[in-house]
Amino acid sequence: MARRWLAVVRTPLGLTTGLLVTAVLLLAVVAPILWSDRAEVVDTDQILAAPSGEHWAGTDSLGRDIFFRALVASRLSLELALVATVIGVAAGLLLGAAPLLLGRRLGRLVTAGVNIAVAFPGLLLALFFAVVFGVGATGAVLAIGLAGAPSFARLVHTLVAGVAALDYVSAARVAGVGRFRVLLRHVLPNIAEPLVVNATISAGGALLAFAGLSFLGLGVQAPAYDWGRLLFEGVGMIYVNPAAALAPGLAVLLAGLAFNLFGEVVAKGLGVTTVGGIRLPAATPARSGAERRSEAAKGEHLAMAPSDLVLDVRDLRVSFPGPAGPIRPVRGVTFSVRHGEALGVVGESGSGKSLTALAVARLIEEPGRVEASRMEFRGADLRDGASAHRHLLGTSMAMVFQDPMTSFNPTRRIGGQLAEVAFHHQGMTRKQALARAVERLDAVRVPDPAKRATQYPHEFSGGMRQRAMIGMGVMGTPSLIIADEPTTALDVTVQQQVLDLLQSIRDEDDVALVLISHDVTVVGEVCDRVLVMYAGRIVEDLPADRLDGGARHPYTRALVAAVPDMDTDLDQPLAVVPGRPVDPADVPSGCAFAARCPLADARCRAEDPPLEPAGDGSQVACWHAGEPLGLDGSTGVLVEVRTP
Amino acid sequence: MTTTASSVASTTSAREVSGAKPPTVGRVSALTTHRWVRFGVRRLGRLVTSLAVLVTASFLMIHLIPGDPVRGALGPTAPTALVEARRESLGLNDPLLVQYWDYLRGLFTGDLGTSLTSQLPVADVVSQRLPATLTLALLGFLVAVAIAVPLGVVMGVVTRRGRGRRTELAFTTTSVVVGTVPDFLIGVGLVYVFGVHLGWLPVAGNATPDAYVLPVVALALGPAVILARIIRVEMVAVLEADFVRTARAKRLPARTIYLGHALPNALTAGLTICGLLLGSLVAGTVLVENVFAWPGLGRTIVSSILSKDYPVVQAIVLVYGVGVLLANTAVDVVLALLDPRSMIAED
Ligand code: SF4
Repeated sequence: MARRWLAVVRTPLGLTTGLLVTAVLLLAVVAPILWSDRAEVVDTDQILAAPSGEHWAGTDSLGRDIFFRALVASRLSLELALVATVIGVAAGLLLGAAPLLLGRRLGRLVTAGVNIAVAFPGLLLALFFAVVFGVGATGAVLAIGLAGAPSFARLVHTLVAGVAALDYVSAARVAGVGRFRVLLRHVLPNIAEPLVVNATISAGGALLAFAGLSFLGLGVQAPAYDWGRLLFEGVGMIYVNPAAALAPGLAVLLAGLAFNLFGEVVAKGLGVTTVGGIRLPAATPARSGAERRSEAAKGEHLAMAPSDLVLDVRDLRVSFPGPAGPIRPVRGVTFSVRHGEALGVVGESGSGKSLTALAVARLIEEPGRVEASRMEFRGADLRDGASAHRHLLGTSMAMVFQDPMTSFNPTRRIGGQLAEVAFHHQGMTRKQALARAVERLDAVRVPDPAKRATQYPHEFSGGMRQRAMIGMGVMGTPSLIIADEPTTALDVTVQQQVLDLLQSIRDEDDVALVLISHDVTVVGEVCDRVLVMYAGRIVEDLPADRLDGGARHPYTRALVAAVPDMDTDLDQPLAVVPGRPVDPADVPSGCAFAARCPLADARCRAEDPPLEPAGDGSQVACWHAGEPLGLDGSTGVLVEVRTP
Repeated sequence: MTTTASSVASTTSAREVSGAKPPTVGRVSALTTHRWVRFGVRRLGRLVTSLAVLVTASFLMIHLIPGDPVRGALGPTAPTALVEARRESLGLNDPLLVQYWDYLRGLFTGDLGTSLTSQLPVADVVSQRLPATLTLALLGFLVAVAIAVPLGVVMGVVTRRGRGRRTELAFTTTSVVVGTVPDFLIGVGLVYVFGVHLGWLPVAGNATPDAYVLPVVALALGPAVILARIIRVEMVAVLEADFVRTARAKRLPARTIYLGHALPNALTAGLTICGLLLGSLVAGTVLVENVFAWPGLGRTIVSSILSKDYPVVQAIVLVYGVGVLLANTAVDVVLALLDPRSMIAED
């Protein structure tokens, strides 16, 4: 614990606030010893004097030096605040640990009481207790202490609940250790750190609250004085000598802030281990010769008639800045989609398939960077940015995302969320747009669409939500639907229905589909053509009907082999492709798959294979494409069995 | 394998590979109205319980005071006969339960007792002072929200996805510091700068419209920055949400994405805090009123505490408490209207 605190104190903010706290504490110790006399001296010649060389902050109505009074007041102010904090922590500890100390039923009653008390602001509680305990320093200390107790109780309650479930605590209780002992011996040490941090914060709060009560005349009474009392006296003469109010005000402000901020800084330092930001780790993979060569190859092939293409992408690259240079999760991807074609993109998570889709849809935000030598959607150059083609994209390119639960705005009705598209892009009035939304919900076979349109997303089942999401895509007249794992988050029973729906929309309206999935079966079932991605590149591009038996790339074959078929005993553990996917921050030179490939040789590890036409309309990037895998030539060699 | 492998198999493998989330079973129901009723009953139940605790506490207050409150109020020199007569008229000699019953009955008939010092009905004192306090609190709240929402949204958009690191640091630091300064210190500072030094604005009373400026600002500033900070954090989080990506995929104008989609979701969390802020704002009026000599309940309660005029103190504590509870309830209802899920989540 000590070391972690030290680490916090070493940060600039921690150091500043820590030093301030130390200075305030030091002042409270030495000020009364050194300057008590000077603070008490009554100088009748200098009543209510303005600041001068003699009296830096002027004098009060008895001619006493305000500067020194403000310094000396630090002792009493701090003492009272600390005592109040201790009272608050102790009372909060007892109340918060009530379930542990008093048993479940009584404990629950106390907790309910605490929950009610927490709803009232501290100042109101403090006023209540101040009345009960009487006006004066003692009453105010008790009042502020007890006023802080409920929120501490709540904190303790949460902390204790976490600790009480620990094995050795329950063991101690079973062993018959007394409840109070369990609290002191076993629970308290575990929650000490957050308690201390919060006590520090609330010491600052108590200091300021005490100043408030004294300022109201309910706290410290003359002739004693704390900062609040000085402020009370000073405000009365603020037009005569403003410094009389400002000096104690500043003093209490600085001291209160010091404790408060120091506590906050420590809390943050101890609680949060990493500073947020881009989650991808860093690396700067230099572009290899093979990479460049494969680009050249890409530039040449794909001699399809451009007019036939809905989407034409060449050498697409996506990068994010990392601590040690850009990370490149998509490293030069070239593909195109024809009218009405269904293109599948498969690969493990981290293969770059989803980022490719997002990049094409121009949905990658800064600081992510998207580059391509060509990126055309229905003839429009997407490299101009999404806003340049807002209406085209809004009506013609539909997106379906993985999780329909989180992809709808939970605070708005389904109908309205669909209608927006028509309202913003098709020039409809809100009413017309809503009618269109109902009609589209009907088209995607949502039963009772008029009523459903008025419901919120949480009132829909998962499958219905995904239907509605697809309905949102067909609000316009899409020529391309990009579906990113559209069935992964769904219940088994509705997956097929959603796929069927996508199929039928495609058939009816001649819409092209890009279906991204890690699931070879789904892709094989729905798509005409399949792109297999690995480590940010396309490693194989083949007709879907050749997946089974006709795949050439070892990775594709492993993916296919890992799929259970009719004969697979589903009670058995499922097969996976062995090895770990490549970290986009650390792509090896040579073939990225080499580490997991049974055919890998020296050349594979040295040179990256380019994606090259392999006849029959497919392309593959492998030096040993189509060679038998392993000794027996079956694909099964690659597959290892892992218990889930 | 075959490409027509059963979808059951494909799903199972899908889960295996990606560790996909378990399917969410939605609540398809026609129970919306039913849920509102349940929410209403539960929320009302909580309000009534809290009110009961509050009323009991304010009743007990006078009995928790050590010694004789009447003797304390009238002073040690007051004749015993007077003290006894006053005790009798306050009903302090009755059994506790009878007193409690009388207190409750009084509350329901608008009889809050009689001031010990001025002999005026407490209800008159309260109703005369309440409007000034209410105006101050409501204006403060409105100003706080009016500052916090745009500030929070703009800061959220500017600092989303780890952008504008410096802006974020500057904003967070400033807001933490300003949010920690208690309103009465802000008040004193404002009095000095705008009243004493510049002489632009009045610093006492509520006679003229410009007299409202400083007290309202003193009251609103702290809550405003705290709320703005929360809204910023929420905006940043919400802008990462899937449904914002959906909104972007719909190619909606930026304004619609930020204000129409992100803001309502960011506000729900902000609103929860609003309840607490509104409560502390109500309490904050006590101090601010005393800085600015504002003729409201806050000054009355302090002078009554000092003069030990307990019936007045009791009544004003009750009024503040009720104000806080009503504010919290109102916020919960608004929250439920904005985000129907909060009705379910709340339990
Ligand atoms: S190039 Fe070599 S390592 Fe890469 S997939 Fe082909 S055989 Fe395996």
